[in-house]
Amino acid sequence: MDKFTTHTGVAAPLRHSNVDTDQIIPAEYLKRITRTGYEDALFSAWRQDPEFVLNHPVHATASVLVAGPDFGTGSSREHAVWALNDYGFRVVVSSRFADIFRGNAGKGGLVTAEVDQEVVEQLWDLLDAQPGLEVTVDLQDRQIRAGDLVADFTIDEYVRWRLLEGLDDIGITLQHGDAIAAFERDRPEFLPTTA
Amino acid sequence: MGKTLAEKVWDAHVVRRAEGEPDLLYIDLHLIHEVTSPQAFDGLRATGRSVRRPELTLATEDHNVPTLDIDKPIADPISRAQVEALRANCAEFGVPIRPLGDADQGIVHVVGPQLGLTQPGMTVVCGDSHTSTHGAFGALAFGIGTSEVEHVLATQTLPLKPFKTMAINVEGELPAGVTAKDLILAIIAQIGTGGGQGYVLEYRGPAIEALSMEQRMTICNMSIEAGARAGMIAPDETTFDYLRGKERAPEDFDAAVAYWRTLTTDPDAAFDADVTIDAAALSPFVTWGTNPGQGLPLSASVPSPEDFEDPSERAAAQKALQYMGLEAGMALKDITVDTVFLGSCTNGRIEDLRAAAEILQGRKVADSVTMLVVPGSVKVRLQAQEEGLDKVFEAAGAQWRNAGCSMCLAMNPDKLRPQERSASTSNRNFEGRQGPGGRTHLVSPQVAAATAVVGRLAAPSDLVEV
Repeated sequence: MDKFTTHTGVAAPLRHSNVDTDQIIPAEYLKRITRTGYEDALFSAWRQDPEFVLNHPVHATASVLVAGPDFGTGSSREHAVWALNDYGFRVVVSSRFADIFRGNAGKGGLVTAEVDQEVVEQLWDLLDAQPGLEVTVDLQDRQIRAGDLVADFTIDEYVRWRLLEGLDDIGITLQHGDAIAAFERDRPEFLPTTA
Repeated sequence: MGKTLAEKVWDAHVVRRAEGEPDLLYIDLHLIHEVTSPQAFDGLRATGRSVRRPELTLATEDHNVPTLDIDKPIADPISRAQVEALRANCAEFGVPIRPLGDADQGIVHVVGPQLGLTQPGMTVVCGDSHTSTHGAFGALAFGIGTSEVEHVLATQTLPLKPFKTMAINVEGELPAGVTAKDLILAIIAQIGTGGGQGYVLEYRGPAIEALSMEQRMTICNMSIEAGARAGMIAPDETTFDYLRGKERAPEDFDAAVAYWRTLTTDPDAAFDADVTIDAAALSPFVTWGTNPGQGLPLSASVPSPEDFEDPSERAAAQKALQYMGLEAGMALKDITVDTVFLGSCTNGRIEDLRAAAEILQGRKVADSVTMLVVPGSVKVRLQAQEEGLDKVFEAAGAQWRNAGCSMCLAMNPDKLRPQERSASTSNRNFEGRQGPGGRTHLVSPQVAAATAVVGRLAAPSDLVEV
């Protein structure tokens, strides 16, 4: 995984709450067996609408998405993170993320920057006033900077460390193979097997 | 201070704990299906890793599979490729699989419990958010993403931050005609789709203890719709009776039961949050909008956006009414539906089919309505046929299908057409969930059956006697 320290890019305001993962990527696209190539699938239903925010030419290169509360609810599909990544997003800003989505994002190198809804509203207003404005998301300092606005964001400390270092979770866990083997020796015998 | 049920199960699975790091948790059962696993197996191949414990892993085919002509090759080439990829991956890595045509094929969350693989105190994961279903047994069960699927395949563990705990106390008794589905829809409407975020919910109280295992699964299944990662119910005699004699139940059953009895929240344990629901005040419940929190008693009317004080909720209601093609103020019972879907990991078990069949017995599905009955597993289908339920559904004019996820998420050919409206026993009423442009009202099996007869959203009590 690539290291993430700070990112500056065009931000797009998505004035919706409860952006569920079926909206981010409908189930139809989940039949593919690859991990990349989902840029066409991102918000595919909403993108049919010419007025949809990502269809505005000023957002053609958007890499920061600013959304309302409960972003990423619903299905556990990691394809939602892959679709956001493939489209070019590096950061989603929201006032509340669904747990599974946030976990998936951390694995996929997509930063979930959580701020108060008040900050989301300020960003929306700023981005409406200055469409195409570039926003800086500084993971080192946990800070969002946009025009005159400076706001702190929260992200899980361990996830932040992993993103900053670009570390692979499985590699970290496999270093603890002895602890796993020791645990396995003590598991109760009545537990079921599938074989 | 004592521990909650969730904390007990968590603590019993900690492989490694270190300051500033997530706990490394051991996973007792890993269920996989065709949609969220191919990229995980690719990851193993790319890194030369193997599946650490294939005998703690079980695969089934459910999301993509057709519910008609299952003896023929899957017609959709992309779906077929995904199902074939699962079979090839399982063969390569030695993972047991219950493929289409197998007597144990079905929705992953129906198959695990019916085999007796889901047991109290276990940790269960699957690349599927409705893994919360298994919490009905007092297991800590939650959905994971594909990177985590790969992680569990490779290590049989997951690094996780402890969840907070929330007690959902359901006091009193559910009135006659009010089901577990109505209860969970009412809970979600009360706490909201983000209300459980960061929590494991523990459903407690007399109304929960009175539920059957299958009803408890319906409740825990939709914990994710309240934003929670998992939902749990403490195991009791109902749980033990359900497991006794199941194929994968412990050989030394009594020893297991002795341990399982310890899996209750201690009297002096504290939850991080508490919610109380009065079961006696509930009635059949239905969703009107495009998220599962947008629900009301069936006797109510479609709300107006002005009814909501919170600006986000108001905007969401406005958008939902537009998508759903509904006018504020119209009675929910005046909403006509085109399709009724009975099935899914929420309500596709034998008790759900029995409840719907009881209502359809001697009645007809309205001419304007197409009704699909999709059992959650092959076993459920065979059991229903043994009881003659298939004949009841077919005599009423409903379609009797083969097992799978089907129209719950429309990855197979079972889909709504644009603007088509369904009453569905599934779990999500998101935009386009049951097919692009489709409109979904979430209901119980009983309301689904009554709605099929009337052609409008209806409760069994709205039907004339036959």
